Amino acid sequence: MNGIHDMGGMHGMGPVQYEKNEPVFHADWESRVFALTLAMGAWGKWNIDASRHSREVIPPAEYLRMSYYEKWYAGLVGLLINSSLVTRAEVESGVPSPGSAKATPPLTADNIPAMLATRINASRDVKVTPRFQAGQRVRARNMHPVGHTRLPRYARGKVGTIERDHGVFVFPDTNAHFLGEKPQHVYSVRFAARELWGEQAAPRDSVYLAMWDDYLEPA
Amino acid sequence: MTTNRRDFLSAAAAAAGAAMTGDLSRADQHDHDHEHQAVPSDLTLRVKALESLLVEKGLVDRPALDALIDTYEHKIGPRNGARVVARAWVDPAYKQRLLTNSSAAIAELGYGSQQAERVVVVENTPKLHNLVVCTLCSCYPWAVLGLPPVWYKSAPYRSRAVIDPRGVLHEFGLELPEDTEVRVWDSTAELRYLVLPERPAGSEGLSEEALAALVTRDAMVGVAKVTLSQAGGTA
Repeated sequence: MNGIHDMGGMHGMGPVQYEKNEPVFHADWESRVFALTLAMGAWGKWNIDASRHSREVIPPAEYLRMSYYEKWYAGLVGLLINSSLVTRAEVESGVPSPGSAKATPPLTADNIPAMLATRINASRDVKVTPRFQAGQRVRARNMHPVGHTRLPRYARGKVGTIERDHGVFVFPDTNAHFLGEKPQHVYSVRFAARELWGEQAAPRDSVYLAMWDDYLEPA
Repeated sequence: MTTNRRDFLSAAAAAAGAAMTGDLSRADQHDHDHEHQAVPSDLTLRVKALESLLVEKGLVDRPALDALIDTYEHKIGPRNGARVVARAWVDPAYKQRLLTNSSAAIAELGYGSQQAERVVVVENTPKLHNLVVCTLCSCYPWAVLGLPPVWYKSAPYRSRAVIDPRGVLHEFGLELPEDTEVRVWDSTAELRYLVLPERPAGSEGLSEEALAALVTRDAMVGVAKVTLSQAGGTA
């Protein structure tokens, strides 16, 4: 979707604000939202792509106002309700609906190392013919899907060169909407900075994006 | 899941919207002159309520939450990446493995996993500087750097790193010669980039451990260089 989250190349966001000796979390609630999101992910009711999308659908003005973990909270509530793990009434009241069964948590302290060892395992050991080879010129498709995509607006329609084939990965555009993994090759594609931004860019600079087969066409 | 795409989209939007109604909207009245947006005072309470609901329903285990937080506050952080970099500086064969099959080489030191998000190591040289960003969200190599700092996840960095990398580096106090090539890596897929910084001049006599102490998080994201003077300053 052409959302506010797709902010590569935007102006007006101000200077980068750096905090020295920054703590990992700035408040207890941030760490709790972080842990709840990972722990609830262990139910397997959604995937990393759906999880990212749950934050992309936050309305733009809210997205810019919210702090990072506030967005995670909003995204998690969306995922919980959509997956029917909780109801909106339960989120609002903070207590389980009368008569609801008690589950057994899939994630316990002792299986955290195993969970982290396979978190975001998006590569797939399946044979899929790559559509492109290293060295080939490609154009990123001019596409504007209303759902989730990992093809940023600033690269659409631009021409680059395949640098490296990383193998076969799950396709986020379908996976985020539970429409299948559609495994396909992912490549590092080099785009000259001037191709993306014009003459203002330094002549030798470049931006590398990871691109799925479905994002590319021969140039 | 049987949810079709349109249902999922509209329901997710409604749910995200619902999570933001009521008291949360009052946050607009707070002062927003700083990067850490004002946090609605009741967010702490909302998160507590959500946690107790999920515990009550048997959906999460509280000790697991504590252990996850402890893992990322104390166990997995930029010291992991620093040890990888130091090993690459002292062991050319390791460096070669690190550049060609990064995740496997990192796993040799006990970090990450080859069944988790894949790491790609990119090497800085006197003529080439690499910078890492995730314009679409906040992708970051957790296994070697831990969780990302606020600035990495912020709109200013995400919006400008790709269009004005030299301007961003200038704000970090890093001036690159015009003839140095800048490569920006936008983390659009499940590939996580780790910058292998240049080994600082004058570090020839240092042990691997002493070298690791010089390597900062910022250098491994590509917004700083490693210098001899920053003794253990990884934020």
